[in-house]
Order: sequence, then C-alpha cells, then structure tokens
Amino acid sequence: MPKFIKKKEAGIKAINTASLPDIVFMLLFFFMVVTVLRETEVQVSVALPSASQVKKLEKKSLVSYVYIGRPIRQLQALYGIEPIIQLNDKLISEEGIPSESIKDFILFEREKLDEADKNKMTVSLRIDQNIPMGKVTDVKQALRMANALKINYSAKKIYEKLNR
Amino acid sequence: MAKRDIPEINAGSMADIAFLLLIFFLVATTMDVDTGITRLLPPMPEQEEEKEQVDVKERNVLVVLINKDDQLMVEGQIMDLASLKETTIEFFSNPNDETHLPEKEMETIEFPPGQTARFSDGMAQIRVSKGVVSLQNDRSTTYGKYLQVQNELVAAINELRNQFAIQNFGRKYDDLNPLNKIDEGIINGINKVYKMNISEAEPKNIGGVR
Repeated sequence: MPKFIKKKEAGIKAINTASLPDIVFMLLFFFMVVTVLRETEVQVSVALPSASQVKKLEKKSLVSYVYIGRPIRQLQALYGIEPIIQLNDKLISEEGIPSESIKDFILFEREKLDEADKNKMTVSLRIDQNIPMGKVTDVKQALRMANALKINYSAKKIYEKLNR
Repeated sequence: MAKRDIPEINAGSMADIAFLLLIFFLVATTMDVDTGITRLLPPMPEQEEEKEQVDVKERNVLVVLINKDDQLMVEGQIMDLASLKETTIEFFSNPNDETHLPEKEMETIEFPPGQTARFSDGMAQIRVSKGVVSLQNDRSTTYGKYLQVQNELVAAINELRNQFAIQNFGRKYDDLNPLNKIDEGIINGINKVYKMNISEAEPKNIGGVR
C-alpha cells in the first residue's frame, strides 16, 4: 500500500502545452488558404438533383449563379411559396417571364469581367429538382436572348452502380 | 553593456487568439466545389431569316420525350431510364449498319501524329454518325427528371468516347488532360468522331398561357 501512496504524492505532471498554439496555427492557416468567403446568401431552398457525369466548374470568377426554388421559410410570408428566381444575391419577385431582369443581370455581370474572358462567362443554374421545366425553359430562353450560351446544370456527383 | 533582463512575454493567450481565428474561418468556409453538366445553348435564331428548318432524315433522329408525369418515351415507345443509355449507345454507334439507325459519313479527322499506328500521319478517315438526339419535354416535367435524362445521354456519349480512346490510344477519354498539347489534340479529334448532338426543341408557347 505505501507504494501506491507514494506514487500519488509525486503528482501528475502538467502536460506541456507549448506546442498547442503551433498546432492551432497550422489548422488556422489551412482553413485561411482554402476559404472562399461566401458572397451570396441563398434565399431560395434548392435541393440539387444528382448525376453521374458531372464535371467540376473551373474558374469561379467567371461563373454567375441563377437559383430557382421555393423561398426559404423565413421569406415565405413575403414571397409566397411559388418558385422564384434568384440572380446571384438578388431575388426577383416579378410575375411572368423574367427575361428583362435576366438580360440586365447578364450584361451587368459580363461588364465586370476582363475583355478576354467575356466569352468564357458561364452561368451556373442551381435549380431545385422538383421545379417544373416551364420555369427553367423561360430562364434558358432569356439566357439565349442575352447571348449567355455557356451554362452549367448544377448537380451533385453520384457514382454509377456497378451492376449496370 | 549591462546584461538586462528581458521579461518573457506571456504566450499563454496565443492559443486562445488562434482558436478564435480558427473558429471564424471554420464557420466561414464553404468547402463544396460546384459540379454539374455543362451545356452550350444554341444561339437565338434571327427574326424571320432562318425560318427554314433543316431537314433531317427520320432514321438519323432519336426522339426522346418526357411527359408531364415524368414518363419517358423514346422513338414512340415507353422506356424506363435504365435502358436509355443502352439505346443511345446503339443509336450513335450503329455497329451493324442497320437501316433504321443513323447513317454514317466518311470524314477526315485530325489527330496528333505519331500517337498510334492506325493514324500515324495524323489524318484519320473515320465514318462519323449523323445521328441527332432530339429531346423534348413538357412544361410540367420536373427538372430532376430532365437532368437525369440529360445525364444518361451524356453518359452514353462519354462511354463511346471512352471506348474509342481505349481502342486507338490505349487510354481512357476521362484520363486525357486538356492542358497537355497532345492530349488536347486527341480530345478535339474524339469530340469530332462522337459529337454531343443533343438538340432541344424550341419551346412552343413562348409568352403563351401558363
């Protein structure tokens, strides 16, 4: 028994935490480097469809986003529950075919790009999978009229089943 | 010089500060990369001018329809999504030159020379399919279904391109690197052998009743 008591008296040495800041800084730098700060707040709920043939979208600076979905719950009192369109960070609430707003939006976004990149502009369509195609077709027609022909149907990656 | 005692700076709060910053960046980070299916929309037809329709023989068209209940019809027959890829591959490759499947046309396609024995001089005579997939949907079709169909069509063409790349260059199409000069040439060549010929019908009721 005395043996045990002796050990207890020696006490547990404090763990050396001198390297803790270093570790934390390492993590911090990692996250600082990979961070892309959120520019837009999505105000419509979008459940993306999934597809197996998706490709990564390169060069985020050339991409503009069009969201179509139902307004998120906090905004339903204001905008109702019908699907609406959001262009980057702006909701458009008007009825019918929103070709004018989309045209203005595309012109505005294109103006921000360098001269050399203007024809490389991509529009990423982030559309909820339960939205009827009518709305999507309207947007696509508007994009064609605005001559923004490079589009990307945003989708989650799934892997094909092997037993196909 | 007299030896002066420099008081040690207390670094105990360093970890706290770093943690604070770390938590901020953790919260602000969005890690998701944007992925999707890239498409090129056809340019808007000029008013009045290009009214004439391009005549395409019936055998060269694969008509894919999606109705308002998300049902799929291919060439007049109801089909489920699982067999669409198979049908599309058969349509574009037409291995036995059947008369109900698309015609092929001899085309000269340029490849980077010296890559394979078959096209050692860089010029290849290849019979290219004239097939076009015509995709039409209802205004009430859900977007999810539409994208699934698009995905199957893209998958079919990608598979054909893969096959061609493996047969002739011993590599998969997906593994070719577009930043490499030679690979880029191969990609451009293969893209001409199997074109992404998916045409979508002009919407009929632009600005019409909902």
